[in-house]
Amino acid sequence: MKRQSRDSINDIWGERSPHGPEQPWPVRVDEALSDDPERWVRGTCVLCSNGCGLDIGVKAGKIVGVRGLATDVTNRGRLGPKGLHGWVANDSPDRLTKPLIRRDGQLQEASWDEAMDLIVQKSKQIIEQHTSLGLGFYTSGQLFLEEYYTLGVLGKAGLGTPHMDGNTRLCTATAAAALKETFGSDGQPGSYEDLDVTDCVMHVGHNIASQQTVLWSRILDRLASPNPPKVIVIDPRRTFTAEHATVHLVPRVGTNVAVLNGLMHLIIQAGTVDKGFLDAHTVGYETLKQTVEKYTPEYVEQLSGVPAAELRRAGEILAHTRTLVSTVLQGVYQSMQATAAAVQVNNLHLIRGLIGKPGSGILQMNGQPTAQNTRETGADGDLPGFRNWGNPEHIQQLAKLWNVPVNKIPHWSPPTHAMQIWRYAEQGSIKLLWIQATNPAVSMPDLGRIRRILQQEDLFVVVQDAFMTETARYADVVLPAAIWGEKTGTFTNVSRTVHISCKAIEPPGEARSDLDIFLDYARRMDFRDQDGQPLIKWHDSESAFEAWKECTRGRPCDYTGLTYEKLLAGSGIPWPVNEQHPDGTVRLYTDFVFPTSADYAETYGQDFDTGAAVTAEEYKANDPKGKAMIKAADHREPHEVPDDEYPLWLTTGRQVYHFHTRTKTGRSKELQDAAPDAFVQLSPEDAERYGIENDDWILVESRRGLVIERALIGNIEPGLVFIPWHYGSWDDPSRPRAANELTITEWDPVSKQPHFKYAAVRISKYDAKAAMPQGLLGRAVEAVQGLVSGEAAPATVGSKAQGPQPKTTQRVDG
Amino acid sequence: MHVGNYLGLARGSEQRLVDALTKVAEHHGDEPDISETCQLLASWSRKHIEHLKPLVEKYGEDKSPEPANLETALFHGPRTGSLALMRDLHDVWLLTQQVQLCWTVLEQAAQGLRDDELERVCQECGKETKRQTAFFLTRIKQAAPQALIAAS
Repeated sequence: MKRQSRDSINDIWGERSPHGPEQPWPVRVDEALSDDPERWVRGTCVLCSNGCGLDIGVKAGKIVGVRGLATDVTNRGRLGPKGLHGWVANDSPDRLTKPLIRRDGQLQEASWDEAMDLIVQKSKQIIEQHTSLGLGFYTSGQLFLEEYYTLGVLGKAGLGTPHMDGNTRLCTATAAAALKETFGSDGQPGSYEDLDVTDCVMHVGHNIASQQTVLWSRILDRLASPNPPKVIVIDPRRTFTAEHATVHLVPRVGTNVAVLNGLMHLIIQAGTVDKGFLDAHTVGYETLKQTVEKYTPEYVEQLSGVPAAELRRAGEILAHTRTLVSTVLQGVYQSMQATAAAVQVNNLHLIRGLIGKPGSGILQMNGQPTAQNTRETGADGDLPGFRNWGNPEHIQQLAKLWNVPVNKIPHWSPPTHAMQIWRYAEQGSIKLLWIQATNPAVSMPDLGRIRRILQQEDLFVVVQDAFMTETARYADVVLPAAIWGEKTGTFTNVSRTVHISCKAIEPPGEARSDLDIFLDYARRMDFRDQDGQPLIKWHDSESAFEAWKECTRGRPCDYTGLTYEKLLAGSGIPWPVNEQHPDGTVRLYTDFVFPTSADYAETYGQDFDTGAAVTAEEYKANDPKGKAMIKAADHREPHEVPDDEYPLWLTTGRQVYHFHTRTKTGRSKELQDAAPDAFVQLSPEDAERYGIENDDWILVESRRGLVIERALIGNIEPGLVFIPWHYGSWDDPSRPRAANELTITEWDPVSKQPHFKYAAVRISKYDAKAAMPQGLLGRAVEAVQGLVSGEAAPATVGSKAQGPQPKTTQRVDG
Repeated sequence: MHVGNYLGLARGSEQRLVDALTKVAEHHGDEPDISETCQLLASWSRKHIEHLKPLVEKYGEDKSPEPANLETALFHGPRTGSLALMRDLHDVWLLTQQVQLCWTVLEQAAQGLRDDELERVCQECGKETKRQTAFFLTRIKQAAPQALIAAS
């Protein structure tokens, strides 16, 4: 590193910049450079969901560094460790530079014409024999808005397949579902700015200090200011975030609904419910009141393990705070009763009337930076522009916009969710699966099953990525993709703020942008509208953005007032941006009118326990007409619980230095050195019981698979073990180590988000050979073979005799 | 007085539903949502049977061969494959309809008898039976095109 403004690896959040009441968050420009740039190009960080504005430094056609954008509303110049160091992945020597086609079992270089013609030929053949129901698309949280929209249109109006989803299903589907269930539409009510003035912050299942480091800096600065907010953290681990909590509630995994019901019980007991707000702007309060009545602190303690006195402390704060910002993430979204629990956070705000006002907001957070855009554009299981699949008028709007027959657009049920797409592939009714910029062979639950599906002979797998990922090894065609910094597009963060990120350098070799690949496919498939004109009428990112704007007109995510020029001129701008709001909208629902009326709502809702869809007739019979909907839920126990055979809970999560499956961050020396390997975190009590010491090799087994990790002792409750899920096999195939070898194939009935946060496991010391159960060696060898059975098997497979050797000790567990 | 006749029919039908849901849950373990949800829905029906017990004591119960016949008529599963899953869901949906109608008939009688307890049980259980039906309808709508068109 030639020059860096701060050592973000050892000092993750940097210096404090306290500010008094009414003062804006001070500027601090972070930068990291390997050389002096010749020029700076506007970008936006794509390595967490915060969406920080930055400039990309370029010299001699290469990225040589980044610096934070001082004027940006999101970060005021700050960057986190991933933002400061992740960019070096662009220049990795192992980038994919040519298309590959599997011939005689081996992936071999091919021309773009050969690769695309093969995909088109396969597509046409499948459609001819089985209709477009034989095609499935599984996209990312890493592409840009323009790419997602193009994909959505070619899938929905070109092919007419309902089988489109993204890995945003794994990370933020519940955010969307919870917002829809309560407010009638996706879209965060609050904004990051609310953190600058709020009296209280509540983080539910959200280790924000590790996951959105710059946003956490914003809170740390408040905590160092003269008027610090109180902080409530609900998390089973003692994380960096929890260390700063005024009250840290430590529930057993899978008990979020019980804890949140208990908190609302206490608020109602305290008599600080905003009756006027509830009467004027909500429906459903009475049922909630009845439901939470039995959730006394003592009962909640029994269900969740949270001491009644601790719950009372948190309840006291929440009953009396004047303002409140809540953030919610994977500890809720990937756990039992995901949507029901996330909705209870919304309810907590509603019963106190803490919404639509400065300092009071709900941030149902995203895990990935461009996740919001998959939800907006219809590249995942939603319809473009937050339209309701159950509302024929909304489908008609899309048919008119795209000039296709209304029955071309699949809308007979919600678009197929990711877990179901994989199931159809498993059963053989989806015959072509096209995966873009994501790595399901590490990120999906129950990896043994995912590998078996990817290897099925009758499944044609297309992988579009920048690197030979664990997933790409199984592909029939690999398309080399351009990534961030090599293409232009926009994306939207949790604060609804739209940023532009520009092309700074050329992609390596023959790599192409995802947008160009989709446009090429649409052209070769010859998708036409009703007048015989090409269905997709745009040719580059800016024209795609212009087309998208029309799709959002009149919808909650209205982009019509935005242009590339406007985005380049200043900082990010939060939607809706239109004639009424030319400079964007910092906070939604300031008039307390919610998008719930039957003709406007994005959904008619679902049953929290079963996922059964509410019908249009039922919804219209009780049309909330602009009122927010309070929906209660009772606690239910997780499906797989520890027993004699598998006596411990496993939970999984992320680390500060890595993003997703490390496809990019693992190729940055700084980030990789900071967190080189996975581990299993366990309590001192459990360590003692099993005779385990720090850094011992541990075998962790579930009913699905096994992993071998080093032990890290402390900061976690007895009975629970934690494994970060970033680590696959591309850089270490010597042992099974991906946390998802162990996790269960199950999902929330409403959001369809998989349950990564609990599974029953057992642990044992790996070198205790005498105590090793029969057949284990075979299972371990099988697991390793499973990892390397794809293309380009790595040279060395660790033998049992040598065993895997520890790399360096990771620096932090947060 | 034939209330006992319908109480018997309701209890028998709920029991058939529990049996069918349990079979479908066990058989379709590879469809986690169906398996988990059927177990949940079976627990609701078991609870309904409990609720019927005091009413049976009050009004008596005519043992009816009809529910057993219904099972033969309405549930032919569990079977294997995409289309077979569809057929199992179809059959379970029909069974929920049978139960629903029992609640409706009994609720009418409860009103005539001014029996608040019977009416409350019919309403509460009937509400959950509706949720059972709604789940199967949603899932059937999702599965139908794939099962009928693309699955082998």
